[in-house]
Amino acid sequence: MVSLALDQVGARYGRREILSNSSTPPIEGGALTALVGANAAGKSTLFRRIAGQLRGAGTVHIRGAEQADLRYMPQDTAMSAALTVYESIILALKQGGGGWRLSARELAAVDDVLDRFGIAHLSERQLPELSGGQRQAVSIAQTLVTRPKVVLMDEPTSALDLYRQYEILEALRRYARETGAVMILALHDLNQVMRSCTTTLALACGRVVVTGPTLEVLTPAMIRQLYGIDSRVERCSQGCPMMIVDGPAATTVGA
Amino acid sequence: MSSISSATTTAFAATDHAGSYRGLVARRLTILAGLAALLVLSVAVDVSLGPARYALPDVLRTIFAPGAAELQMRVVVWDIRMPMALLAVTVGASLSLAGAQMQTILANPLASPFTLGLSAAASFGAAMAMVLGVAVFPAAVGLMVPINAFAMAMAASLLIFGLSTLRGVTVETIVLLGIALVFSFNAALALLQYFASEQALSAVVFWTMGSLAKATWGKVAITAAILVVCTPLFMRRAWALTAIRLGETRAAAMGVPVKRLRLEALLLVSLLAAVPVSFVGTIGFIGIVGPHVARLLLGEDQRFFLPGAMLSGAVILSATSVLSKAILPGAVLPIGIITALVGVPFFAALILTKGRKAW
Repeated sequence: MVSLALDQVGARYGRREILSNSSTPPIEGGALTALVGANAAGKSTLFRRIAGQLRGAGTVHIRGAEQADLRYMPQDTAMSAALTVYESIILALKQGGGGWRLSARELAAVDDVLDRFGIAHLSERQLPELSGGQRQAVSIAQTLVTRPKVVLMDEPTSALDLYRQYEILEALRRYARETGAVMILALHDLNQVMRSCTTTLALACGRVVVTGPTLEVLTPAMIRQLYGIDSRVERCSQGCPMMIVDGPAATTVGA
Repeated sequence: MSSISSATTTAFAATDHAGSYRGLVARRLTILAGLAALLVLSVAVDVSLGPARYALPDVLRTIFAPGAAELQMRVVVWDIRMPMALLAVTVGASLSLAGAQMQTILANPLASPFTLGLSAAASFGAAMAMVLGVAVFPAAVGLMVPINAFAMAMAASLLIFGLSTLRGVTVETIVLLGIALVFSFNAALALLQYFASEQALSAVVFWTMGSLAKATWGKVAITAAILVVCTPLFMRRAWALTAIRLGETRAAAMGVPVKRLRLEALLLVSLLAAVPVSFVGTIGFIGIVGPHVARLLLGEDQRFFLPGAMLSGAVILSATSVLSKAILPGAVLPIGIITALVGVPFFAALILTKGRKAW
């Protein structure tokens, strides 16, 4: 089984420290893990630090996989290149190496992610013609076509409609289960987190403040600390936990 | 395998996507072959045209069996027309390849040797030789004009290259710096022209119009050699260069060493642009239009885009060379004028009719 743990991890942009002293217990693969926190809390920086794009203090421990098995999907989905969806996924597949020719196995891998994320009908469309949500689905397919063992996704559902959010998160859960991959998703919709993610990391002011089972992390107290929001967790008619927002926390308004 | 949107997705459907892609690849190879055939045709017509009128079959016979041809015809075809026609091919391919990779690494559709100041720098270098008689390398006074032009173009490239290695410099900064260089060198050129003698002034003006008239086999060999060296180096990086067009962050996330690749490409591009410009003067249009034609025809997968840009640039400059001889029979117009006059409307029509969406 693949696992990932942080040990006193930090990161800087120039002289500015964005991330500091962040540690977690081993995060096991096979299920989705959420990374939550307010805007500018350091979520993207943490991902870039884990992905090796930023240097900094501390150590990222990955067990059961190599650094080459790690894929990071950035938040930005702007795509202006004159490539078809199919070509763009081949491109992502080939970044791992290999020659100009494409084997039947490689083409099958592209077909697999097209079907898996419901974008097969877009395969011949040009990237600039796609809507924001379609680009996001294509980005996800590009990220997973190499079947990575460690996956970091920065707001993978932010441009999707409600139905597609549900579909994509289900597909990501299935991928994690099938491959045993560690999958950490930065998400803002805490109801999505409660529904789909087994584990949650909470980040505040550039530091991981807590890591644990989602329902134990996303308590009203923690949500107030992270977002300055008063909330409560209730169960829907089907038994799923859901967060009800009551409003800005009185003590933090204007702070 | 499970699909999220269609539980009935079948193996047949999956095979069909791969089949469509293979069809796309076949279409692109056909387009490349078509461009190559067009280039051969254009070169043949280019060699057959000139102030002395020869029939195309006679010209072809002289090319393939020079020993059997008349001496005068052999000299005209082999020593004058062939170097001009082939220099149009190598210069067109070089400038277009340079423009293609500049546009790729700088993520800017307007990037080209012309817009980044290389041509302006070369013009200034050439004018230094013609107006002031100043040689950058005094040992080679006989080749003062092309060597000065090359030295200044390389200096401009290396300045851009050096600044792009600095911390915090973005692609936008590089493009802005290139534009600043264009204005600076144009101002310096204007100053030289202001003080130039009438004879020197007309030489500078003619040089800046761009011309293939001084083509030699040596120049063809040098430009071809640079293409032979640079092209495989770009080819080896085809996937990474294509990935850069998905955006810097995304390319980096795919494991592409973006900064290093950009510097390597900029260095190769400098060489590709500086040498042809020093030989033929300012031909600004090819470096922009060649890559855009290739992009419209072949997309941006560099496995096709890269040879496509080279072939497009070569075809356009070769066809321009034909036109420069055909417009006024008996005279050869400066090629830089024709590229702009004929090429721009053609390019505009191509963009407007193809419904271009990239960039």
